[in-house]
Amino acid sequence: MSRRPLVREVPPTSWYFRHPLYLRYMSREITCIFVAAYCVLLVVGLQRLSSGPAAWEAFLLGLRSADSIVFHLLALAASVYHAATWFGATHKAMPIQIGEDFVQPNVISGAHYVVWVVLSFVILYLAGVF
Amino acid sequence: MTQMKERLVQLEVLRYNPDTDTEAHFQRYEVTCYEEWVVLDALNKVKADIDPTLNFRWSCHMAVCGSCGMMINGEPKLSCHTFLRDYEGVIRVEPLAHFPIERDLVTAPDDFMEKLKRVKPYIIPKEKKPISEGEYKQTPAQLMKFRQYSMCINCMLCYAACPEYGLSPSFIGPAALTMAHRYNQDSRDGGRMERQEVVATHEGVWECTFVGACSEACPAHVDPASALQQMKITSSIDWIVEHLIPGGKK
Repeated sequence: MSRRPLVREVPPTSWYFRHPLYLRYMSREITCIFVAAYCVLLVVGLQRLSSGPAAWEAFLLGLRSADSIVFHLLALAASVYHAATWFGATHKAMPIQIGEDFVQPNVISGAHYVVWVVLSFVILYLAGVF
Repeated sequence: MTQMKERLVQLEVLRYNPDTDTEAHFQRYEVTCYEEWVVLDALNKVKADIDPTLNFRWSCHMAVCGSCGMMINGEPKLSCHTFLRDYEGVIRVEPLAHFPIERDLVTAPDDFMEKLKRVKPYIIPKEKKPISEGEYKQTPAQLMKFRQYSMCINCMLCYAACPEYGLSPSFIGPAALTMAHRYNQDSRDGGRMERQEVVATHEGVWECTFVGACSEACPAHVDPASALQQMKITSSIDWIVEHLIPGGKK
């Protein structure tokens, strides 16, 4: 008797609907689009700044538009989700072993949150908010 | 003694006979089971009382051998470790996803076995010494560094959970790469650079996009996702040392 195994194809585009975990993964991947778009916006801002005061003022005016504010809110939400899910996973990529025990995951993710808050305040300070 | 409660269980099982079928199809069985039973018990009752042609693998019935992996209501599970009391309605039982179906619930594990061999899942001693010099010693802390990764029972549930493996079958995959990490982390081992030829490739850790489903599915509480992410970091450091640091070499 010869073998005739049945191979089942995985749908290339709709596989992520098969499990809630896959959907959560894809939702995190999609946040990268907003993170990348915001990086492009920063580069455009730098280019405008180097083009003189008039260009810079026009850029700032554009930032105050309703579309821009909606984009910034979406980008902020996406970035926070991206960061929070990454912090939650860092103990997998960077476990810390002390003697025979490993540092608890919430300590590692908690340290990331502390550094995030401190760095955010440093940036706000440098930007002259305080 | 407390009387065990009986229940009529409906199973929808994917069937495939390579001698007669060109496609797989579902077959419905109704079988009386005890509430305390696992899905494997229900399948055994079907085979004993209703349909002796139904094929499935099992051996230990205690979540140790890793033989009875199946998709149960779409989730990769050991059928000996999946209790009927946790399910209502029809229970859908399919062969492990992403593997070819040999017959009914039996899948062909050849691809996994081949990949496992490729990562050299054994100790390659740092320095060979004669038996007369005694054993290679290890502290408890050195053991803990890799212990969880050594708990793998080769059940392949992580492959059935991993969408990357389903989409790119050349991916070495979670369990085999985790086994590479287990030996890389062993203080007695010196074979990491040999394994890197398989690990640090597009088919190796770089095919993994960290979905994390492998770790959720593992019945032995191994965390393959963590092993793969750690190997990405060491592989990146290898690349930096080799390409960006003057005089640096692997």
